[in-house]
Amino acid sequence: MARSSSKKPVARKKKPAARARGKGPETLLMVATRKGAWLYRGDGARRSWKVDGPHFLGHIVNHVMLDPRDGKTLLVAAKTGHLGPTLFRSTDFGRTWQESKQPPAFPKVPEGQKGRSVDHTFWLTPSTASEPNVWYAGTSPQGLFRSEDGGATWEGVTGFNDHPNITALIGGPQDGTPDGPKLHSVIVDPRDARHLYVGMSGGGVHETLDGGRSWEPMIKGMEVVEGFNLDPSNYAFHDPHCVRMCPSNPDRLYQQNHCGIYRIDRPSKEWTRIGRSMPKKVGDIGLPMVVHPRDDDTAWVFPMDGTMVWPRTSPGGFPSAYVTKNAGKTWRRLDAGMPPRDAWWTVKRQAMAADTRDPVGIYFGTTSGEVWGSRDEGERWAPIARHLPEIYAVEAAEIG
Amino acid sequence: MQVLIPSVLLSYTKAKHVEARGATLAELLADLDRQYPGIRFRMIDEQDAIRRHVRIFINGEQTFDLIHPLRPTDSLAIVQALSGG
Repeated sequence: MARSSSKKPVARKKKPAARARGKGPETLLMVATRKGAWLYRGDGARRSWKVDGPHFLGHIVNHVMLDPRDGKTLLVAAKTGHLGPTLFRSTDFGRTWQESKQPPAFPKVPEGQKGRSVDHTFWLTPSTASEPNVWYAGTSPQGLFRSEDGGATWEGVTGFNDHPNITALIGGPQDGTPDGPKLHSVIVDPRDARHLYVGMSGGGVHETLDGGRSWEPMIKGMEVVEGFNLDPSNYAFHDPHCVRMCPSNPDRLYQQNHCGIYRIDRPSKEWTRIGRSMPKKVGDIGLPMVVHPRDDDTAWVFPMDGTMVWPRTSPGGFPSAYVTKNAGKTWRRLDAGMPPRDAWWTVKRQAMAADTRDPVGIYFGTTSGEVWGSRDEGERWAPIARHLPEIYAVEAAEIG
Repeated sequence: MQVLIPSVLLSYTKAKHVEARGATLAELLADLDRQYPGIRFRMIDEQDAIRRHVRIFINGEQTFDLIHPLRPTDSLAIVQALSGG
């Protein structure tokens, strides 16, 4: 790979790269694409990757997630362009799969009424260790579903899906993303499984303290698109792209929003835009957000071009991740190893992830079908896979 | 009656032609789902609407009506209207 041009500032650290040569557990990368799922197993040094796939070739796979509580259960959210949505489950790392007996689905409404239908499951989140076998799923259109049997059967979280104000919460189809409005970023507080956050595109961020029976909006401080006199109190005008809770401090959340990068420190209910300190030429528009497993001041983003018609490609064709190590006060460019020019990448909201090693591995997948990784927290990048279909999601986990 | 299964659903039936029973299309789809769990939801959504790219033909005539009556001598074809890339 060509190195970065001298026009772009590149900071390097020597020690983390040296530490990365050490042994460790295998790393599993779960790559979901528009045409199937692939699993990549990295050796202890995260230098060599073995491919396992495709799984469900031809299926639109929005998310693949490993259950960290047992370290072996994989769930896959899938559909095809012509068949309805379903989920598949494996407890042997994809050697065999079982289909969900009752995938997420809205209740059937009485004849003559217009009911909602799940187009696809977009997001999968295992609950906490205190709730083994409990998972949550976010769907398009926006719905929240819960499984208590490891993903075999799913029921709607009625306090959310039947919310009396649901239309105001989620807006109309025109408020959603081009391939359908989505409920995403389902976050379960590791200290209290009844405390959840969800994000919606559109619809904002919402919180429940009672396991989903009642919900409070959390949109204060989040900006809406400038110049149109839009009412920021309208939930449907808010488009959080990706919300992450810091594992080391569950009171701190970061958010990559359609309108910038934000942080919130609970119990505050007001988000602070921390992306203003990004370089002006790059801006703070993007899709994914990744947090450090042990340091709540450190988070990564992958900026996208949000000018004119919003191409959402790497600004200027110079792709780079950015990191903050002081909770958003300053950001540093991390592009060593990436193409120095003419790379018009898009990284979707679920397509960037961190492992829990030290130093942390960061991974992302592009819509042009490339998986890239860094063994040293983003200081140097190298390709892991190429020529895949359009990548929708990348997750990382340690196994073995 | 005999049901023609499209290739995209062969992962459920493992056979292009299967036997299923029902006095209506809805009953036949329920019987298919009993034999091949999960197959119905891939074709019919939770509001009982036939999914956008699924087409069902009874004796060569297309129907969107799940209460369409069936006779044991009818033949049924499930077709995928494949498009896109």
